[in-house]
Amino acid sequence: MELDRIERLLEKYFEAQTTKAEEQVLRDYFTGDSVAEHLEQYSAMFSFFSSAKQERFTKQVPLKTSKAYYRWISVAAVAVLVFGIYFGNQYQERREAEYAYLQTKKALGLLAQNLDRGTKKVAYLHEFEETKQKIYKNN
Amino acid sequence: MVLTTADQPRMTQTEFIQIVMPFKDKLYRLAKRLLVSSEEAEDATQEVLMKLWAKKKGMGRYRNVEAFAMTMTKNFCLDRLKSKQSGNLKLVHSNYADETKSLQRQVEVNDSLQWVEKIMDTLPEQQKLVLQLRDIEEYSFEEIAEMLDMQPATVRVTLSRARKMVREKLVEKHNYGIR
Repeated sequence: MELDRIERLLEKYFEAQTTKAEEQVLRDYFTGDSVAEHLEQYSAMFSFFSSAKQERFTKQVPLKTSKAYYRWISVAAVAVLVFGIYFGNQYQERREAEYAYLQTKKALGLLAQNLDRGTKKVAYLHEFEETKQKIYKNN
Repeated sequence: MVLTTADQPRMTQTEFIQIVMPFKDKLYRLAKRLLVSSEEAEDATQEVLMKLWAKKKGMGRYRNVEAFAMTMTKNFCLDRLKSKQSGNLKLVHSNYADETKSLQRQVEVNDSLQWVEKIMDTLPEQQKLVLQLRDIEEYSFEEIAEMLDMQPATVRVTLSRARKMVREKLVEKHNYGIR
């Protein structure tokens, strides 16, 4: 009866024709205490399947939100770049302005010097004019 | 045409873990069946879960996340094995259950369970996979067919072969024990 049914299920089982429910019946029978002696060799099989199912995965999985992380890195990099270009430009402009200032100063200095010399010559001219007048008057 | 915000709402870690929780042990057991070493199986499972997490945006597209994850695990482990073979490395494993059993009977039972595991290790990959998925994880033939990309009928044939192979070797061992 019961044993008969188990034997029939076993046969079906090895042909892979059993349903999940029938396989459960076999598992229950073979992991139980009252396995018929001539079928005992199969109990290791079903006991193994049941015990193998008890194994658990216990390791922690580090779930990084890596995408957001990279996004922030790139934002920071762009910020640094923009600041660098901005301040670099400012520095460059200041140096150029300083150079232009120095050049202008030099040019103005040169102008002033020449103007001074010019004035001295005019002073000579004035002397000449005076002497000329004196001569005219004496005549 | 109407524009809809078809985008999935962003999945949080908690939601992801809730999805993955029911089958993470199955991934691990499958990995261990193929890689044998529990450390390597842990690494593989971790890797697969991290890959899955990286793909979380598209996860809504997969009809069956569990089957997809099982397939990923299988492929990952087979790749591992392949690269290992080419690297000529040996699989080392020393992690059969070692709970201290006091009774002789329990020792014997435990011993025979280990024997079944060893037999399973010797099966061809497909048979090993099908047996694992059916007799340990209790998936349906349709689910197994999807995971392994096989025809359900082929799954059945392979399963029958695997079960018979285990029986044959078990009987050999049994008879040897009696003699």
